[in-house]
Amino acid sequence: MLRFLALRLVRAALTIALVVTFAFVVLRLSGDPAVIIMSPEAPAEAIAAFRKAWGLDQPIWIQYINYFGAILHGELGQSMRDGRPAIALVLERIPATLALTLPAFALKLCLGIPAGIQAALHRNSLTDRLVMAGAVAGFTVPSFVLGLLLVLLFAVTLGWLPSGGQDGWRSGILPVITLGLGGAGILARFTRSAMLEVLGQHYIRTASAKGVPWRAVVRNHALPNAAIPTVTVIGFMVGSLIAGAVVVESVFSWPGVGRLLIVAVANRDLAVVQCILLMVAGTMVTANFAVDLLYGLLDPRLRGAR
Amino acid sequence: MSATLVSIRDLWVSFDGHAALRGVDLDIAPGEAVGLVGESGCGKSVTWLAALGLLPVKAAVSGQVLLDGQDLRTLKPAALDAIRGRRVAMIFQDPASSLNPVHRVGRQVVEALRLHRGLDGAAARAEARRLFDLVGIPDAGRRLDAFAHELSGGQNQRVMIAMALAGEPELLVADEPTTALDATIQAQILDLLRRLQAETGMALVLISHDLGVVADLCSRVGVMYGGRIVEEAPTATLFAAPVHPYTQGLLAALPDMTGPRRRLTAIAGGVPEPWNFPPGCSFAPRCMSATSACDAALPAARDVGDGHSVACLHAHVPEPVRAVVPA
Ligand SMILES: Nc1ncnc2c1ncn2[C@@H]1O[C@H](COP(=O)(O)OP(=O)(O)OP(=O)(O)O)[C@@H](O)[C@H]1O
Ligand SMILES: [Mg+2]
Repeated sequence: MLRFLALRLVRAALTIALVVTFAFVVLRLSGDPAVIIMSPEAPAEAIAAFRKAWGLDQPIWIQYINYFGAILHGELGQSMRDGRPAIALVLERIPATLALTLPAFALKLCLGIPAGIQAALHRNSLTDRLVMAGAVAGFTVPSFVLGLLLVLLFAVTLGWLPSGGQDGWRSGILPVITLGLGGAGILARFTRSAMLEVLGQHYIRTASAKGVPWRAVVRNHALPNAAIPTVTVIGFMVGSLIAGAVVVESVFSWPGVGRLLIVAVANRDLAVVQCILLMVAGTMVTANFAVDLLYGLLDPRLRGAR
Repeated sequence: MSATLVSIRDLWVSFDGHAALRGVDLDIAPGEAVGLVGESGCGKSVTWLAALGLLPVKAAVSGQVLLDGQDLRTLKPAALDAIRGRRVAMIFQDPASSLNPVHRVGRQVVEALRLHRGLDGAAARAEARRLFDLVGIPDAGRRLDAFAHELSGGQNQRVMIAMALAGEPELLVADEPTTALDATIQAQILDLLRRLQAETGMALVLISHDLGVVADLCSRVGVMYGGRIVEEAPTATLFAAPVHPYTQGLLAALPDMTGPRRRLTAIAGGVPEPWNFPPGCSFAPRCMSATSACDAALPAARDVGDGHSVACLHAHVPEPVRAVVPA
């Protein structure tokens, strides 16, 4: 177990280091923050001063070492745009994002899992076909298209709900639905195939042969086994709680982390982008770790195997 | 003949429009041990899965399965659940995958005890432990808390048997219970089945590839081919005077009764698949004595005396039977 933990930690650290490096390379090679933030018409001396202030005048690999070293010391740097600590900028946006992604996550679970189970239990029935058609639509329609359609219908045409902004719980409804439907579709498909796989197993036949009523076969024998692969997908969804709403936040002008990320990338505001990426990688790694622990709980065959 | 416990009448099963069973008739008397033999794919498992309503929904089933005169095929699900595991239990070929991997084996036995005997808590656990002792699982108390993957194949099959005994069934259907196990364990499991049958007085249906195994345990044998029972007789009769050319071929292929057991493969050709069954007798293409009449229609089973019946146009009534009982 200890070895397993250590291995996981090393892997997590490597993942995060890679993410950090990748962001540095992409952001620093794709544009000059000084020019973008100061605007191209700014006087040359001003741009040079900005460069010097932020260390942009040094060779790129020195910048990289400085930047990496700072991260190792827990310093995430300041926003080049307004000089505030990047971490503060990000943290103040997180509640708004969670206000979308948490209810959307609940929606995915409450809609996707039961729909997938029902579809599997009534394979090839009308229910199954409807659920699967809905699921495919849910995750193939891009979220900005779905979001715009919902706005068109419920905000513009019917006038029931606001079309954007963060103004009371009613303005959260459309973005939450937009976010939730796609995930619910993915989860429904996954749950269905996991259930179908399990329902074809011999131990299901054994349970029926010993007289267990079908409902109890499903509840006590099929679901606990089908939960094992489904947990992986749910883990991914937990991992995207922070950064999963970039598109939807833009469509609905929701002042969350996603919008902050877009602005920061546009400005090549490295510290802020970095801070968001670190947070995203952190949640992903934690979620993965939780999934692994959960596997051990759900599947006795994996206990002790590590 | 004595009363029948289970009577299968004209059982047909098709998958995707292809008949896998074509009119199976079989009677099981209380307490009797009946063997069902035949090559892979001839419909042995499907017969009993269909009888107990355990086939996937895509299987189209017709015919009757009478238990004390009551047709299992027309029962409501709840009534059928009260019979499965309680009056008729079934164990399967692959014990490891037949047990639920995420539940402890004891819990799976207790589940049957709760359903069929109303036992709960400590009483159920004590009874599960007694059953484990009965089927010869060493260190029963600790094994109750094991998972299937922690036990050997033979032990898993013993767990399956304990689970089947939990409902004190009148009939146990054992579908190739030893095929997945190695030879010494096979013999142990077969001995266990023989002992349990004698002790509990339950009837036993033993499905097997192996005529030798069946001859050891069963007083009557049905030989299946192409989704039908082609010959059925008391074990001694079948061995002494087989009538169906297929049975004759099987017996000719059988090694010395005391020699090593092997699969039935000595007849040239293979079992036809349900989607290309010949129109008439499904054995005709492999049969030395087949004539054009054999291809015309399915031969009906004919009684040739002494509880011996055979479905073959060319079956001649055998010589008076010498009573040779295989050891
Ligand atoms: N679920 C299923 N779907 C489609 N065909 C099936 C199914 N189950 C059985 N069959 C077909 O029915 C026929 C009889 O199968 P069955 O399992 O009864 O054979 P068996 O005599 O038990 O053979 P074995 O000794 O290999 O267990 C086979 O041809 C098989 O392909
Ligand atoms: Mg079989």
